[in-house]
Amino acid sequence: MRRLSAGWWAPLISFMVALGLWQAAVMLTLVPPYIVPEPLAIIQAFAADWPGLLRALVATLTVTFAALLAAVILGVALACGMAASRWARAAIEPWAVILQVTPVVAIAPLIIVWIGDPFTAMVVCATVVAFFPVFSNTVSGLAATPADLLDLFRLNGASPLQEILWLRLPAALPYFLAGLRVSGGLALVGAVVAEFVTGAGGVASGLAFRILEAGYRLQVPRMFAALALLSAAGLAINAVLGLVSRRLLASRT
Amino acid sequence: MLHVHGLARRFDTGTVALSGIDIGVGAGDFLVLLGPSGCGKSTLLRMIAGLDKPTEGRIDWTAGRPAPGEIGFVFQEATLMPWETALRNVSLPLRLRGAPDADARARKMLAQVGLGEFAGARPATLSGGMRMRVSIARALVSEPKLLLMDEPFAALDEFTRHRLQDELLELTRARGCTTVFVTHSLYEAAYLGSRIVLMTPRPGRIAAEFPGQPGHDRLDAGYLARVGELTRALRDLQLAA
Repeated sequence: MRRLSAGWWAPLISFMVALGLWQAAVMLTLVPPYIVPEPLAIIQAFAADWPGLLRALVATLTVTFAALLAAVILGVALACGMAASRWARAAIEPWAVILQVTPVVAIAPLIIVWIGDPFTAMVVCATVVAFFPVFSNTVSGLAATPADLLDLFRLNGASPLQEILWLRLPAALPYFLAGLRVSGGLALVGAVVAEFVTGAGGVASGLAFRILEAGYRLQVPRMFAALALLSAAGLAINAVLGLVSRRLLASRT
Repeated sequence: MLHVHGLARRFDTGTVALSGIDIGVGAGDFLVLLGPSGCGKSTLLRMIAGLDKPTEGRIDWTAGRPAPGEIGFVFQEATLMPWETALRNVSLPLRLRGAPDADARARKMLAQVGLGEFAGARPATLSGGMRMRVSIARALVSEPKLLLMDEPFAALDEFTRHRLQDELLELTRARGCTTVFVTHSLYEAAYLGSRIVLMTPRPGRIAAEFPGQPGHDRLDAGYLARVGELTRALRDLQLAA
C-alpha cells in the first residue's frame, strides 16, 4: 500500500509543483505567450479545440499501435529465426543493426516514394524506429534460456518447434516485455516523426501535423496542448505496458 | 546396463576433464561417483546422458541406447520452468511425447513425492526442498530405465538433504531404477551408494571402487565404517597428489 501511494503521489506532486513553478515564472518574468505560454493558457487552448486535438491523438495512436504490432511480429519472428539457426543469425544481424543506426528521417522520404499511401508509409517509418528494442531484447532472451532446461528438452526428444514454443519463448518473455516497453514509447516517437516527414494533413491528420499547423499560425498554447497530449499518451503507453508486464510475470517471482 | 570404455574428454581450451575412464553400470545399481569439484564427474554423467561427446573411448549399452525419455536427469539446481505449475513441470517429459494421460500420471507422481496438494503451485512459491522433489518427480514420471543425478542435494540444508536421500532410495528401489549419482560429499556417497566410485582430481580418473549398502541407519557401525574408509581413501588421494 505504501509503495502504491509513493508510486502515485510522488510523480503527481512533482508534476503539480512543476506546473506551479512554470505558471509563477511566466507571470513574474512576463515572457510573451508566443514564446512560452502559461499552463492556464494551454488548458484554455485545449478546451477550445479538444475534439480536434483528440481526433489527432487517435490518428497518431492508430499509427503508433499499428507500428508497435508490426515491430512485435517482425521482431519476434526474426529473433526466433536467429535462435533457430546460426546462418540465419549471421544473415539477419547486420540488417537489424543497419535499421537501428539509420535515422528514420533519412530514409522516410524513400519510404514515402516507394509506398505512396501516407498511412502505410507512416506505419513503416514508425516500425523502423520501434523495431530494434523488441527484436534485440527477444534475441537476448532466447539466447539466455537456461542451458539445463535446454538439455532436459533434448533428453526428452523435444522437436525444434516444441523447444521454441514451450521453452525459449516463455523463457524470453521478461526480456521481450522489457523491450516492448521501450518499443511502445519509440513507436509513438516514430509515428510523430513520420507525420512530420510525410506532412500528412487532412481529416485524419495526427498530433504532429497539429503542432506544425499551430506553429505556422503562432498558436503556441495550442502547440503546447498537442505536446501535452503526446506526453500523456507516452506516459499511458508506458504505464499500460508496465502493468501488462507485471501481470504476466507476477507468477514467476 | 552400460559399459564405459577408455573414456576421455578434452575441452577446446585444452583442459583434460577426464582420462581413461573404464566403468560398468549394472541394472539396479545405485552407483555413486564421488570426487572433488572439477574432477569431471558431471562431464561423465553428461556423456552417459548423450549431452556431451567423448574425445576418446565409447559407451556400450547392453540393450541399445535408451530412447528419448528413458533416461531421467536431475540437475544440481531444480531447473524448473518458473512459468509453469508444479504439475505442468512434472508432466513435461510426457507432454513432449504426446502422452494422453500426462496430467494423471504427473499428479500421481507428485503425490508419491509428497506434493499432491501443490500441483497448482508455481516454483517460486515452493521451498528449495519442494522444488527438488518436483525435479525428481519430473525425472521419474516417464519411468526411466536410468536415472542420472548431478549433485542434486548439494544446495539443500542437512535436514532436507537427509529426508530427500531417504525418499530417493525408496523411489528408486520401488521402481528398480538404475541410478548414477554424482556427489562430492562422502557422507552422501556412503549413505546412498550400492557402489561408490572415487575419482581423482582433474583430469578425473577412477582411483578406487567400494561396495556399499544403501540406506543404512546413519548411526549404524557399518555406515560409519564406510565413511571412515572413504575418508581414508580421500586422504591417501590427497597425499599422493
